Amino acid sequence: MMNKFNQFLTRIRNQDTLTAIALVAPSIVAVGVFVYGFIGWSLRVSLSAWKGLLPDYTWVGLQNYIELFSDPRFFVDIRNTVIFTIVFVAGSILVGLSLAILLDQNLPGENFFRNLFLFPMAISFIVTGVVWRWLMNPATGSRISGLNQLFTMMGLDFLVNAWHTTPKWGIAAVALAAIWQMSGFTMALYLGGLRSVPEELREAARVDGANEFQIYRYIVLPMLSPVTLSALIILGHISLKVFDLIIAIAGKQLPLDVPAIYMWQATFDGYFFGRGAAIAILLLLAVSLLIIPYIYFNVKNEADL
Amino acid sequence: MSAVHRHFRLQRRYLLYLPLLFMTVFYLIPMYVVVVTGFKGFEEVNLRTMWTLPSRIRFDNYVEAYRNLAPSLWNSINMVFPAAIISSFIGSINGFVLSRWKFRGADIIFPLLLFGMFIPYQSILIPLVEFMRMINMYGGLPGLILAHIIYGIPITTLTFRNYYATIPKEIIEAARIDGANLLKTYRHIILPVSMPSFVVVLIWQFTSAWNDFLFAVVLTKPEFWPITVALNNMAGSQIIAWNVQMAGSLLTALPTLLVYIFLGRYFLRGLMAGALKG
Repeated sequence: MMNKFNQFLTRIRNQDTLTAIALVAPSIVAVGVFVYGFIGWSLRVSLSAWKGLLPDYTWVGLQNYIELFSDPRFFVDIRNTVIFTIVFVAGSILVGLSLAILLDQNLPGENFFRNLFLFPMAISFIVTGVVWRWLMNPATGSRISGLNQLFTMMGLDFLVNAWHTTPKWGIAAVALAAIWQMSGFTMALYLGGLRSVPEELREAARVDGANEFQIYRYIVLPMLSPVTLSALIILGHISLKVFDLIIAIAGKQLPLDVPAIYMWQATFDGYFFGRGAAIAILLLLAVSLLIIPYIYFNVKNEADL
Repeated sequence: MSAVHRHFRLQRRYLLYLPLLFMTVFYLIPMYVVVVTGFKGFEEVNLRTMWTLPSRIRFDNYVEAYRNLAPSLWNSINMVFPAAIISSFIGSINGFVLSRWKFRGADIIFPLLLFGMFIPYQSILIPLVEFMRMINMYGGLPGLILAHIIYGIPITTLTFRNYYATIPKEIIEAARIDGANLLKTYRHIILPVSMPSFVVVLIWQFTSAWNDFLFAVVLTKPEFWPITVALNNMAGSQIIAWNVQMAGSLLTALPTLLVYIFLGRYFLRGLMAGALKG
């Protein structure tokens, strides 16, 4: 009797294994092909002479990469990416952490502020870009408008600036719009972290005579370093990929060029597929440097639980 | 003494509202300009008076923006629902299987899926376009929908997997002892309790497909452009005035903003699922 029952269970299990494989196999194959297969395909294109409308897989080795590293435009891209990343990541973390600490003080209206700071996350980078393009209107004199006009109206003339048309540092103005969009999200990350600091710890410190500043400095902030690491990685990889925000603010202009835009122009405007693919692969490598350790630790932590 | 002290502390606490209000202004400034400009009549629109309130509410800008964006608005609507619904179902089934059935290789699949979530899509763009041309899906909405579904698989699968991992094993074991096979267990035990996760994933996929620009701009021809591409095109043209662009921005942002306003809680949960761990 018992034996028969076990056989029955085994039969269900075997059948279930088949069903399980049949259910997930299409997705796994799809991701395998569309993510990993396509990355391999891109890699192959990046090693080819393909320039023009028709595919040309003539092997040229690393030539496309070598050309990129002697291309002044690519250096503009790297400089812009570095400036954007520093301003955007540091700005978002600073604003996000400050807001999270403020909202952690149990003030009335906390929910209102939290929801308000987060709403830009629901909006497309294109919308953000189109609106900020007019806020950051660089016109001066009688045609002054946007934030510059607001500054003069408030007597803050020293803040008037050329925004994204500033030579060399223009990309930092784009990063400001990105901070507007993503700092609320960073705040939410930190708020989650702050809420997981046990109240007893703070209470114990208070009993020992620590003031609120010391509690944050010596107890709370050190406990937030995993959140900071996550924020650094998530924001960092977003800034490597930044594309639509710049397009919407300024179109495709050389002073605000970044690898993602160069890749697009080389490929779809200039039909230089080999170069476009090489930029794409370099972008993937840069993102991987951030993401792979992150995934490794995430998976390891999960296994430890 | 203690009353005075308490009073003092109360006052100091309220000072915290100053930075909060300052930041409120920072977050609302773009919204203010969009709304104020949108409701001005054409004769009142002037870059010099960007910050002033309209003297009376007019809808000229919205009518003009809608006239320009209507076809692409409908493209977005027709694209986003199938993309969100299909990828949610795929994610649910995958998540269920991966959360329950241990098979060889399951440990490798998880990080590989997670990586697929973070890749810069530039690295698959050329093959994607070539592939869509090969299967004759380039230029229209079905190809774009397919791209959103496939590249949505990692996040939808992992979100559902994490949710299903919290369902007690005993419930599923009990169903199996009752003779239910995998599909029946999914259909009768898992699906009925999946609603919270479905809401999170649907909202997430809806928002990311609606807000997407990169896939849309390379995979669709102008007649099938979603609204983000059309809005960007409108902003880049010299013909359409900035006030109409502002109205168009609100039109583009409205669907996802409404989702955020009414279902914000779930939106936030999806955000965190997408960000912190798969």
